Amino acid sequence: MEHIRTTKVEQVKLLDRFSTSNKSLTGTLYLTATHLLFIDSHQKETWILHHHIALVEKLALTTSGCPLVIQCKNFRTVHFIVPRERDCHDIYNSLLQLSKQAKYEDLYAFSYNPKQNDSERLRGWQLVDLAEEYKRMGVPNSNWQLSDANRDYKICETYPRELYVPRIASKPIIVGSSKFRSKGRFPVLSYYHQNKEAAICRCSQPLSGFSARCLEDEHLLQAISKANPANRYMYVMDTRPRHRMQSWWATQKDIGRIIVRISSKIWNDEKIRESDGKKRLNAMANRAAGKGYENEDNYSNIRFQFVGIENIHVMRSSLQKLLEVNGTKGLSVSDFYSGLENAGWLRHIKAVMDAAIFLAKAIMVENASVLVHCSDGWDRTSQVCSLGSLLLDPYYRTIRGFMVLIEKDWISFGHKYSERCGHLDGDPKEVSPVFTQFLECVWHLTEQFPQAFEFNEAFLLQIHEHIHSCQFGNFIGNCQKEREELKFWRNMYHQFDRTLHPRQSVFNIIMNMNEQNKQLQKDVKDLESQIKQHKNKQTDGVLTKELLNSVRPESPALKTSLCLKEQTLLPVNDALRTIEGSNPADNRYSEYADEFSKAEPAVVSSEYGVARMTC
Amino acid sequence: MEFSELIRTGQAQAELLRGPEMPPLRGTLCVTGHHLLLSPGPQATPDLWLLLLRSVDSIEKRVAGDAGTITLRCKDLRVLQLDIEGVEATLDIARSIEALSSLESVITSFPFFYRPKGLRLGEAWHFHPPERYYKRIARETRAWRLSEANEDFSLCPSYPRAVIVPRAVDDDALARSARFRQGGRFPVLSYYHAPRGTVLLRSSQPLTGPQKLRCAEDEELLRAVLAEARPGARGFIVDTRSAQAAKQARMTGGGTEAKAAYPGWKRLHRPLERGRPLQESFVRLMEACGDPEQSMDRWLSRLDGCRWLSHVKEALSTACLAAQGMEWEGACILVHGAEGTDSTLLVTSLAQLILDPLSRTMAGFQELIEREWIQHEAPIFLLFLDCVWQLGRQFPLSLEFGEGMLLALFDHSYASPFGTFLCNSEKERCLCEVRTRTHSLWSGLNQPKEQRKLRNPLYVPNPLAIWPSVEPQSLRLWQGLFLRWTHPPEPSEVAWEKVWQIATDQKTEGSQPTDSASEPQP
Repeated sequence: MEHIRTTKVEQVKLLDRFSTSNKSLTGTLYLTATHLLFIDSHQKETWILHHHIALVEKLALTTSGCPLVIQCKNFRTVHFIVPRERDCHDIYNSLLQLSKQAKYEDLYAFSYNPKQNDSERLRGWQLVDLAEEYKRMGVPNSNWQLSDANRDYKICETYPRELYVPRIASKPIIVGSSKFRSKGRFPVLSYYHQNKEAAICRCSQPLSGFSARCLEDEHLLQAISKANPANRYMYVMDTRPRHRMQSWWATQKDIGRIIVRISSKIWNDEKIRESDGKKRLNAMANRAAGKGYENEDNYSNIRFQFVGIENIHVMRSSLQKLLEVNGTKGLSVSDFYSGLENAGWLRHIKAVMDAAIFLAKAIMVENASVLVHCSDGWDRTSQVCSLGSLLLDPYYRTIRGFMVLIEKDWISFGHKYSERCGHLDGDPKEVSPVFTQFLECVWHLTEQFPQAFEFNEAFLLQIHEHIHSCQFGNFIGNCQKEREELKFWRNMYHQFDRTLHPRQSVFNIIMNMNEQNKQLQKDVKDLESQIKQHKNKQTDGVLTKELLNSVRPESPALKTSLCLKEQTLLPVNDALRTIEGSNPADNRYSEYADEFSKAEPAVVSSEYGVARMTC
Repeated sequence: MEFSELIRTGQAQAELLRGPEMPPLRGTLCVTGHHLLLSPGPQATPDLWLLLLRSVDSIEKRVAGDAGTITLRCKDLRVLQLDIEGVEATLDIARSIEALSSLESVITSFPFFYRPKGLRLGEAWHFHPPERYYKRIARETRAWRLSEANEDFSLCPSYPRAVIVPRAVDDDALARSARFRQGGRFPVLSYYHAPRGTVLLRSSQPLTGPQKLRCAEDEELLRAVLAEARPGARGFIVDTRSAQAAKQARMTGGGTEAKAAYPGWKRLHRPLERGRPLQESFVRLMEACGDPEQSMDRWLSRLDGCRWLSHVKEALSTACLAAQGMEWEGACILVHGAEGTDSTLLVTSLAQLILDPLSRTMAGFQELIEREWIQHEAPIFLLFLDCVWQLGRQFPLSLEFGEGMLLALFDHSYASPFGTFLCNSEKERCLCEVRTRTHSLWSGLNQPKEQRKLRNPLYVPNPLAIWPSVEPQSLRLWQGLFLRWTHPPEPSEVAWEKVWQIATDQKTEGSQPTDSASEPQP
């Protein structure tokens, strides 16, 4: 690799971020084509994938060496101290190059070889079949059909080839509507609720610069509304915050006029939900255009709903603030909470959840179909559609169903993973944690409904790891994604900081127990069949002493007791190890240790004080 | 019976609203000496709803037309609403509840009348904490003795009859030391840390006053502690007040141990809130938790503003400091604030939970509470329970009891049919004959049918000290308590039940193969 100047540096220190005693591990740093690897003196390995690196910083030289701080996209932060500045500089430069690839072909997925042959690779890609998924939902049916309009990506490049639309929507209507919508993303089906016969549809915003109206678009919305025999009205959910829309309207009168026309109709019908909205919309109506009323029947039976999810830029800076708060050691409780509040992250999470809940309620309680859009219909729209579907349909709460959901609402409908995750060296303003927010919303649901999900935090973390890793093709475009076990979700922001919590994992213990139960049940069955065999043999009189002896070593009884011993020990060992890892010196109160030491220096230098403090 | 004079009405028709997650109950409402009863009729489930009047914290009444509404705020943080037919009936019931829920007398309280099936009086009162605890210590060291100097509560009315003190100090010296300490609370042993041979003591502040008085016996007592621990041992006095507050206490007769008078001891000040600020913090937290309509930012700033989690953090880190002193520095620790009854107990009991694996068992925890929490000023006991909950959350396998136990303790500490939390001191308890005339909470909780609610199915005895993280990132709001009546409990209950199933399967399955394992052997 032309970027790598130094492949190995010895005597490098890895600092513990949350330890107050500046604890560190000494070891050797290796630089490979794909990973940065640190092996400490206990032979523990820390692997950092180059693609996971979000930021590399070289801090000012200190007496012990040159500090190198690496922030990762999976929220890990590592702080190395490299003894010689020259080495540090080389590694720094290499990492700068290696972490930002210019071409797709340089991404890890293209060199990653999990020892699969081509047919296995193909099978991996066939694991999720979206046609199968729409069939499961109950489409096509008498109201919905598969449209071939986008078969060659002619109408919309960012949509999949196969789109489901109302049966009564003809191709000219679709084409017409697509011209009226940003990036051609016209309203299509995202989820069909079989019992309620109601649908979740998605699209992008209406195009600006279009003067009056788009009949085809109006028809398409009519068709969606009519495709639901159970309810005569439908909702159009704009997921953008109203205050942003207002300022935007002020400069974009054309679009303003269209939306105002729609909303003034709703206002007349007194269907608008929030009364303060009336005033604002009224003011807008006056400002935008005098003649807002003549076409009030254009979008009949539509209820407008705004939900305030902020744009990608707000989300990006919110996450940045959140990480700062979470990564600061020695905060007071008050600083922590005001930091959390200022970051606004949880407020954004709640906004996404609120929108999804509104969507699910509209379908479950009112039997109404809902059309969701934001600006381009690939960020907030994906969040709301997928989360709403997850609330409605238990299938999406299974492991397989969740993969299908991601493939459907995110991958196939063109969420821009590479730009949002910054896979390539591109515009930093396009990077935003939109998908991370979706995963976190799901995590909150798993917390509130612990039994409703087949998967756990580890699965969510694993997915989050791999949207950035570029190890598998799913999120960049070429190859199958494998699932492995991972760590703790709530600690997503802290999973690598051993001094923070949890120190004993309930989850791992329960999983171990469950596994063990299954194993034991299996062993009991084996034993029973073995006993039966023995009894049969005994009645046959064939059982000789030699036979018995030969049976014994392989007797499942022995095997069982052995495995029982091993497995019951396992969680205990785990617990012990993690608790040993927790010691007062790792924690904030350990600063008081200094006071103990200060008290009488003579005693501190005795065998207990220093020796035990630094271990 | 005097109760009948306080009960204004026989019964009334009423509807009871128990919060957003529970269906309303309609039926006949009735006030008895200790309870509020609602009988929805024999067909309904449950066929009887009962509320202990002592758990009513405040009552509001409103009448409109020919009906009235009573809102009851309970000490277990529930808010109940009763819609009652008839204005007279409403006012009468409200007055009855007011009168009965505020009865001062201990011996007319419900525990003195409560006679449940399956429990016998006097059961589980066999805990005589200091004696039992002393037996444990005596196995390890001869440096301590059980003193009955307080037999008649003359030294200290708030101490038990027997206390554990250094063997080298005689009862006369104890009496002098008691006179030098506020409320007579002289330094006594709270916990003996066998692995390091160090001790945790607690007391109240010394009465040095503005003249900086001294007491030779008190100094001798603390000197003896160090001498018997180890030659050259050091001690730390953890004062739960700020240095400023401790100095000011001198003006009112209190004060701190002067450095010169107690060689080997060093003072550390770790101010902990108690009393009114803590109470206010708790009230603000409850208001925040009870407000159903609020934005995320408002929630976070209110959570921050009430400062409850700051108190949790301070309490835990001070306890860790004390524990660290014993375990890592091999030092003896004396904890006191002013009276030595609230934040002092918080620190000593938490430090034991961190260090002592025995106190983390069901029996050990009960004994710890009996020993340390003789009297508990509300909300400091709640703060203790919250800190224990944080420990349990950070070390989910290391406590033998679960959240259910902590919730039960919280409920019973405020209003209980059992006598364990009655009275404020051992002396009062003896006067009221609590031990012979009421049932012990422990005998109630230790019944087999209660165990599944209280125990932690994942418990694995852990011989090590558990050092919690006190970073704010690691502390959480105890939702199970503070949001208990506003959030549906079902999902977590179902999950808890599942964990129990898996864990008990484990145990039964675990024993099965060993049984059948012997079968194939001839």
